[in-house]
Order: sequence, then structure tokens, then C-alpha cells
Amino acid sequence: MMKLDAKIPSGPLESKWDRHRFSERLVSPNNKRKLTVIVVGTGLAGASAASTLGQLGYHVECFCFHDSPRRAHSIAAQGGINAAKNYQDDGDSVGRLFYDTIKGGDFRSREANVYRLAQVSTQIIDQCVALGIPFAREYGGQLANRSFGGVQVSRTFYCRGQTGQQLLLGAYSALCWQIERGQVTMHPRTELLDLILVDGHARGIVARDLVTGRISAHMANAVVLATGGYSNVYYLSTNASGCNVTATYRAWKHGAAFANPCFTQIHPTAIPPGDAHQAKLTLMSESLRNDGRLWVPKVPSDQRSPGDIPPIERDYFLERRYPRFGNLAPRDIASRAVKVVCDEGYGVGPGGQGVYLDFSDVIDQQGLEVVRERYGNLFDMYHRITGEDAYQVPMRIYPAPHYTMGGLWVDYNLMSTIPGLFVIGEANFADHGANRLGASSLMQGLADGYFILPYTIGHYLATATLPPIPDDHAEAREAIQRVTMRINRLLTVKGRRTAAMFHRELGTLLWNHCGMSRNEGGLASALRSIPKLREEFWHDVMVPGSGSAFNQELEYAGRVADYLEFAELLCHDALHRLESCGAHFREEYQTEDGEPRRDDAHFAYVAAWEYRDRAVPVLHKEPLTFEFVPPTRRSYQ
Amino acid sequence: MTFTLKIWRQNGPHERGRFVTYEAYDVSPGMSFLEMLDGINQRLIGTGEEPVAFEQDCREGICGSCSLVINGIPHGPDQGITTCQLYMRRFSDGASITIEPWRANAFPILKDLVVDRSALDRIMQAGGYISVNTGGAVDGNVLLIGKDQAETAMDAASCIGCGACVAACKNASAMLFVAAKVSHLATLPQGRPERARRVSAMLKAMDQEGFGSCGNQYECEAVCPKGISARFIANLNREYLRAGIVESGCPSEPESPHAESA
Ligand SMILES: Cc1cc2nc3c(=O)[nH]c(=O)nc-3n(C[C@H](O)[C@H](O)[C@H](O)COP(=O)(O)OP(=O)(O)OC[C@H]3O[C@@H](n4cnc5c(N)ncnc54)[C@H](O)[C@@H]3O)c2cc1C
Ligand code: SF4
Ligand code: FES
Repeated sequence: MMKLDAKIPSGPLESKWDRHRFSERLVSPNNKRKLTVIVVGTGLAGASAASTLGQLGYHVECFCFHDSPRRAHSIAAQGGINAAKNYQDDGDSVGRLFYDTIKGGDFRSREANVYRLAQVSTQIIDQCVALGIPFAREYGGQLANRSFGGVQVSRTFYCRGQTGQQLLLGAYSALCWQIERGQVTMHPRTELLDLILVDGHARGIVARDLVTGRISAHMANAVVLATGGYSNVYYLSTNASGCNVTATYRAWKHGAAFANPCFTQIHPTAIPPGDAHQAKLTLMSESLRNDGRLWVPKVPSDQRSPGDIPPIERDYFLERRYPRFGNLAPRDIASRAVKVVCDEGYGVGPGGQGVYLDFSDVIDQQGLEVVRERYGNLFDMYHRITGEDAYQVPMRIYPAPHYTMGGLWVDYNLMSTIPGLFVIGEANFADHGANRLGASSLMQGLADGYFILPYTIGHYLATATLPPIPDDHAEAREAIQRVTMRINRLLTVKGRRTAAMFHRELGTLLWNHCGMSRNEGGLASALRSIPKLREEFWHDVMVPGSGSAFNQELEYAGRVADYLEFAELLCHDALHRLESCGAHFREEYQTEDGEPRRDDAHFAYVAAWEYRDRAVPVLHKEPLTFEFVPPTRRSYQ
Repeated sequence: MTFTLKIWRQNGPHERGRFVTYEAYDVSPGMSFLEMLDGINQRLIGTGEEPVAFEQDCREGICGSCSLVINGIPHGPDQGITTCQLYMRRFSDGASITIEPWRANAFPILKDLVVDRSALDRIMQAGGYISVNTGGAVDGNVLLIGKDQAETAMDAASCIGCGACVAACKNASAMLFVAAKVSHLATLPQGRPERARRVSAMLKAMDQEGFGSCGNQYECEAVCPKGISARFIANLNREYLRAGIVESGCPSEPESPHAESA
């Protein structure tokens, strides 16, 4: 029977982490040398963890499926990273960042974790500066900040539009140093395909060398997953194409609880889907909403060009519904409002899937040059993709799957329900509750990797009994066998449809029934359709080539196969949560004016799902108590 | 739109490659170049043939994965973008397009259009970092860094490690890549203590990996999707000279050992 013990230290919020660190056992330097830790993933979370563990003296085996650790999906983050530095003296503090994150997450995250995140945030910036990250600076040489994501203070640090890239290059350079020192052995182009448990502890992984196809076992004293999020389950998302659920899903099948899978963030401002060949959705920075106004024509399916529609015939729907926040309403609220107007037939562009994001007012008021200076690169990007000039005609935007708050359940020490399996970054269910605020994922990834995991894993290694095990341990051989059989199965179906066709069909199904808004009927029908689609996949998919060579289609088909199973878990979770909170909007639970109705009496818990072979997953609840911030209704009206 | 594609196919590092011609039909002007290739691949897979291997991930010009030589030019005909940012409206209907991998000794072909660029990682491992431990860093505002300096560091730091500069260079030199990293770190006060060791170690690694030397033709700058300026190469040469002075304790010849000719 699975037991959820979050291991939250007692006592005052402010000193929980300090006291916890002090009470943890340490591993002596001599013993560290004898311990091996596997880190899977080299995004912000993985690279920062692997380099820090290496520096502490552990031997680290680090894996990523990319050709270089530097290409992890973290590289794509544009906006910035939050930290409670209060450099602007605008009233920011650890307490305020904590409060904003708890409230932004719609009271579905753990107070102790979030407080620690806010505390550690300031150290992250210092560490990154020391690593040579070229943060934007003021003329006087101090670090610059901007405001981001609808909060009232300016606490976001940034490097032009490339914050994720620069932070990742910093963590990657720290990793390079540890590789050079021989502390970290890097395995690029190597994909985790299974986890190895020995006596109930995570003791290794099975991985496939993506160049030679060789499948092998790697053993260690502990395993860390930093494998990112699963937004690509929707097929079209803002994520890079390689993002997947494989690592966390396969760990789930070994007994790691999966928490809140249905908390998936849909970002309001992406370039709308075009034709059927489209492979991804491109995010347009949230910052555009600082100056752009969202509107649709007041007449459904209006075919006039936007310039011919007079202001009186336009519906500035965010300003109408949320007069206090207007176009700056948080992501979940803005996305849903866009969906509502499009569903009612007011959408613009192909298929009516889009709304205008219009800059003409700010251009009139402040001039073209000001807008060009602020957003020039985004306008260029929009032009390149759509062929349209947004200085002349309004942009068209539509929401897109972007980030997953759900992930493997972890305790305060970032350990999953499998002893020795730690999960960090977007891959865990983390600190963002039911909705993540802008610029706080980079913060969480680096907090986990640089400052939290390296401590907490030490205590585990110092206290667990972990006898040495050989690479050809029976459990390892069996896991290799499982992986090999599955690959052979994929290669021998030799059907008529491509993995992408199944992926697209699954994505459409989820988008329609488990996307921005959900209802019982839709979720039930998705739960009927997914197993059928999965059946078809295993009877009709075509994966050419061989398993013992470089084979990108085989990699992809394996990920799609996992999505076809995982999607069911997502829908189960969405079906069971009879409330609307954050990104999870159940149509049955809304107020008369269409606002979400949260139900703290019945649903103030983390839903942690346990895998059951060929049966419905079992729900476990971790109750959430709010000692320091009493839950309030999140209103932006 | 329709196109005739001549695509380089090669089964493995030690196999012989050749061009194979494919017809692309039903291409819309709004499709990206990679989506056009996706279309070809879907067709090939449908008939049980192996799709054309190529690298991609972010599809928005930042991860540095995509790497195609299109009609002889790394990342294609437009300046300042990566392959994934190229759209089919850029080509005229009915055109023939040649697609090849990066070609350089230091980048062996793994399959079709995919090359092994791990040599760039090894150059970074040789010295492309500041050796600071996690923890104990001073407050970020203790070091004041002027806006101009920060901007210059950022200009250099924008390199995405795609390797187009190498593919464009007739000597397959990685000078622009190394110059970008060295300049980024040497511009910032945090990077100064190790600057001499860093530049020597990275250039040595570059030689060992089999990259050529700089011929001062600056084809690299022309294809770089992030507009990394060739003036950083001049800066690299200065850093190298400076390192020579620091290491030997006396001035050395004012000539760059990494320039083939003046
Ligand atoms: C377009 C975009 C913009 C964003 N902008 C911001 C922003 O401005 N601010 C912010 O805070 N957040 C932003 N985010 C969110 C943020 O970028 C991510 O949540 C975060 O970077 C995730 O980091 P990570 O380290 O957890 O995972 P990732 O960076 O996704 O890394 C995952 C790693 O795991 C490896 N991996 C995965 N599966 C396997 C496997 N099976 N085997 C081996 N290796 C595997 C990969 O190779 C990779 O190295 C943005 C996201 C997107 C999509
Ligand atoms: S310098 Fe430019 S071309 Fe060379 S690797 Fe960096 S981004 Fe690519
Ligand atoms: S696919 Fe990432 S830069 Fe082109």
C-alpha cells in the first residue's frame, strides 16, 4: 500500500529549510567518492544538479537524448527568471514571492516547498552571476529587472529574449567543468527507457544509445530524473519536439506516484495553428500583452479585414470581463476567455481559431519606434512565420499547451514514492499548484538542482542501506529484456499509419476533451477513445528501419506509445477533480458569469495516482493545509 | 507549390553517401522548410522506407539542433536565421533544392543529414567555463558591470552552438564559435581570472579536434544565425596573444598563430 509522507519539517515557515538542513545527515567526503548518482536530463534542473553533485565529490553518470547537454528544452525560455531580491525597492520580499506563487497556483501547492523556493531564489541570481551569465544591466552597472506575468513588483531578471538559453549555458558550463575534472561522465544521445529497482530502491536505468542502438544497464546508488514536462501529449504545443513523458511515465509504472497530471498550462499567446502539416506552435512572449489589446469582431464570422471594423464593432473581451486587470489577466484566465469567444463563433482567421492582438493604439499614442524597440524581434518572428506585418495589421493569436504543473509526486526532499528516485524541475509536480506564474519555472529548476537536491540526496545516501550491485544483476537483465522486447514489437507491427498520425489524433482528442475546459461527458468519451486508439497503434503503426542503428522514427514511436497510455491517466485525474481551479476548468463548476468555482472543502489536496496493472489507477490524497496564507477566491475582475 | 529535392542520403559514418531525388507536392507557402521535409518523411514511412534523418528540436531558432546546407549555404539563403526558421514562401514554385549535411572533418556524418558535433562540447569542456563552486557566491550587485560591457558579453553569448560557421568555412575552422565563448567570458569581470588559461586550452582543443585554422574570409559571419560578429575573432587573437604574454612573462610575436595568412 502506497503511503504519502511529505516529510514537511514542523515549526515556523521561515526556518523550516534551515532547520531541516541542519538535521540532515551528511556523507563524508571519503564516502562520496564511492557513490554514484545517475542524473537523467540536462536542462536547467539536470545540469545544475549534475554539476553540483560532481563538485561535491559524487561520481555522476549524466544522460540526455539530445546530441549535446546544451540543447535541452530549457534553452527556449525567453522571458526571464524571478527572484525576491527587491533590488527595485518596490516592496518585494521572500514573503511576497511566496504569497504570489501560492495564490497564482490557486492554493493547490505546498506552503513549505513554495516558501523554500522563494528563499532560495535570491541565491540563484548570485550563483548565475558568478557563472558569468550576462544578465541585463542598468547604466550604473546594477542588475536590471522587469515585471512579468501580472504581479505588482518588478522581480524578473533577464538576458534579452534568451534568458533560458543563457541560464542553461551557465549550468552547462558548470557541467563541462565537472566533465573535464572526471566527476561527471556525460552520455549524450542516450535515452532512458526503463528504471531498475533492486529491493524496492531505484538502483539504475536502462538506456538506449541512439547512435548505435545498443541497450545497456547503468547502475548507481540513486537516480535523479530531470526530464522535463509532457505538454507534447497534445501533439501541438510550444515545447520542443523531443519533449516527452517517457521517463516519468515508466517510473510511474514502477510505483512512483504521479501527482496532478491534469494541471496543464495553456498559454494564451501563441501563433494560431495553420495547416495540417504544422509541427509546433510558436509562443509569442507574454510581454506583448503589456501594450497589445485583445479583441474580436462583435459579429460572428465577420469577414471584413480588421482595419475595416470600427472600434464600436469590436469586443475587447478581456477588458470587458476583467476591467481591473484587462489584457494582463493571468494565463489561465486569458486563455479561457479566448476560447470562449472563439467557441461562440467570433474567432478570426482560418477555422475561426484566433483573436486579434492589436498594437494600433499604442503605436498611435507612443509611435512606431517605441513599439519597434520594445518588441521588434517578436514582430520579426511573427512576420517570418505568418508572412504578415503586425505593424500594419493586428497579430492573430490563440492559446497553446505550454507547461505541465503535474508530474511525479515528491516529498519535501524531492524524493518520489520510490526510495532513491528523486525528481526535479518540470518533471516533478513541484511548487506551482494548479497554475504557474511566468518566470518561475526557470527559478524552480535551478532551485531544485543547485540548492535543494544536493543536500537532500546526501541524507538519503547517508542513511539508506545500499549494497553494491553488478551491472548484470538479475533485475537489470530483466529490464533490458523488457526494453528490447518492446522495441522489437514496435518494429514488427509494420502497419500502414505513421506514429505522427496517431500522435496527432491523440492530441486533437485531448485538446477537445481535456484541454482548456473539461466536462464529464467529454472526459468519459476520451477515456473510451484512448484505449481504442492505442489498440490501433499497436496493430497498425509503421516504424521502418532497425533497432540496432540510428533510428529517429523508432525513438519517436516509443514516445508516442507512452503518450497513448499516459493520456488516460491525465483524463482520469481531470474527471475526478470536481472543481475548477487554476488551469483545470470543469464546465460544471463555474459561477454564473463563467468564473471558476474552486472547492476547498473537498479538493484541497494533491491527487497522487498509483499505477495498477491493467486496471484503473488508484488515487491517494495528500491534504494541503494552509497555515500561513488563508485560501481566498482568486479574482481578477 | 511543388519542389524537386536533391537530398544527401548516407547510412552511417563509414558508408558512402549519395544524392537521392524526391518530389515535394502540396507544399503551402506557409510551411516551414522542416515541415516540408516532415511531409516527405511521412510519405516515405507510409511505404515502409526509412525517412530522411535530420536534426531539429525547438523549431524556433534557439536550440541549435537544425543544421542543413541548403543550395550550398548553411541554414539556407536568408541571413540571420536557422534552418527551422526558413519558410517555403522564400522559394519559387517548381524550384530544385539541394539539401546536404554540415561537412567538416571534425563533424562525422552519423546518418543522412545528421552529423556528430560533440567536438564543440569537448572544446567547451577544455575551458569554456568559470570554475566556481555552487554556493557562497556574493550578491549579484556587488560586481557592477556597465551596460555596454553587459551588452557586448550578451552579443557574444548568443551563440547557439549550431556549427554553421564551421560548415561555411573552407578550412572548417571553429574560430567564430571559440571566439564567441572566449569573448563572452573575457568581457566580464567574473571571467578574467581564468582568461589566459581558457583561451589557450580552448584553442588547443580546437586543433586537436581537427578543425582548421582561420583563413580570414569570414564566411562564418555571413551564415551565423545569431549574427556573431567576426570582430570577436580579432578579440580572440588578442586574448591569445595576451595569454602568451601572461604565460611566458614576456611579450611574444605580435602575430596570430591561428591566422593562416595576414
Ligand atoms: C517557449 C517556452 C518559453 C518559456 N519561457 C519561460 C520563461 O520565460 N520563464 C520560465 O521560468 N519558464 C519558461 N518556460 C518553461 C521552462 O522553460 C521549462 O519549464 C523548464 O526549462 C524545464 O526545465 P527542466 O530542466 O525541468 O527540463 P528540460 O529543459 O525540458 O530538460 C529535459 C532534459 O531531459 C532530457 N530527457 C528527457 N527525456 C529523456 C529520456 N527519456 N532519456 C534521456 N534524457 C531525457 C532531455 O534531453 C533534456 O536534457 C518556457 C517554456 C517554453 C516552452
Ligand atoms: S558562432 Fe554562429 S554559426 Fe557558429 S556555432 Fe555559434 S551561432 Fe552557430
Ligand atoms: S530546431 Fe532549434 S534552432 Fe532549429
